[in-house]
Amino acid sequence: MSEQVIFTFDVDGDDFTSAGQASSQVKRNLRQLGIAPDIIKRVSIAMYEGEINMVIHAGGGTANVAVTEEYIEIVLSDQGPGIKDITQAMQEGFSTAPDDVRSLGFGAGMGLPNMKRYTDYMDIQSQVDVGTTITMRVNLPS
Amino acid sequence: MKVTVNTLLSMDGFSPVAIADGEAQIEGVYIGDLLSWVMGRANAGDAWITIMSNINILAVATLSDVACIILAEGVQLEEEVKTAAQQKGINVISSDMSAYHIAAALSKAL
Ligand SMILES: Nc1ncnc2c1ncn2[C@@H]1O[C@H](COP(=O)(O)OP(=O)(O)OP(=O)(O)O)[C@@H](O)[C@H]1O
Ligand SMILES: [Mg+2]
Repeated sequence: MSEQVIFTFDVDGDDFTSAGQASSQVKRNLRQLGIAPDIIKRVSIAMYEGEINMVIHAGGGTANVAVTEEYIEIVLSDQGPGIKDITQAMQEGFSTAPDDVRSLGFGAGMGLPNMKRYTDYMDIQSQVDVGTTITMRVNLPS
Repeated sequence: MKVTVNTLLSMDGFSPVAIADGEAQIEGVYIGDLLSWVMGRANAGDAWITIMSNINILAVATLSDVACIILAEGVQLEEEVKTAAQQKGINVISSDMSAYHIAAALSKAL
């Protein structure tokens, strides 16, 4: 087994003006590990999108980031309402975001598509009324 | 020619709101107000032109590695957002011009 560095964060469900703290912290940590800027950007945006989704759609959750020799893995888990139709949720432009959140610039329905685009692997496990777990990986150059 | 945040500030119609690194180089432009579009499309080194002013634009700017945020149409930042921008070291510039005129000015300079 390769060596792992793991970061864990609680994502507060009430306060989404402070959302982005976990991804900003991860960005700093990855920079310290000497990871390339374009990879850091992909990881931190994918994570921020997931973080914001947990705040807006699921009342908060937890974020885990593991760095191995092969990839950076982000696991986001919440106990929110779950996603009924994952294929629909993955479509660009699909959003159930409420109006107050839209007025802040969220709700374009581009978050999940961005997460997919910026990562090399993405898996969504979700059950209605139970919660959602999203696993994403960005490969590191060997 | 090399265009920096300071170059932009020396042009007519642009004023500083929070400047951490005036030497940051501007390599392109992205215009947009929907945050996920910006995160999906803006390139590192872009000047990001927007009319959004809530605190989430700071996280988006940081994560997208843009050179600066340009607030168009005379949009102002609330004091607490301005302070947060200074703390996070994000360049923010304001202009009374529309996004179109700002981009046109940048297009001439770049
Ligand atoms: N963690 C989650 N729990 C429950 N539903 C979710 C979760 N994440 C996403 N969704 C659902 O999937 C939809 C699409 O998500 P996506 O991130 O693509 O768009 P958005 O958050 O609505 O807008 P944007 O990300 O562009 O600001 C959401 O509107 C919501 O219905
Ligand atoms: Mg989203």
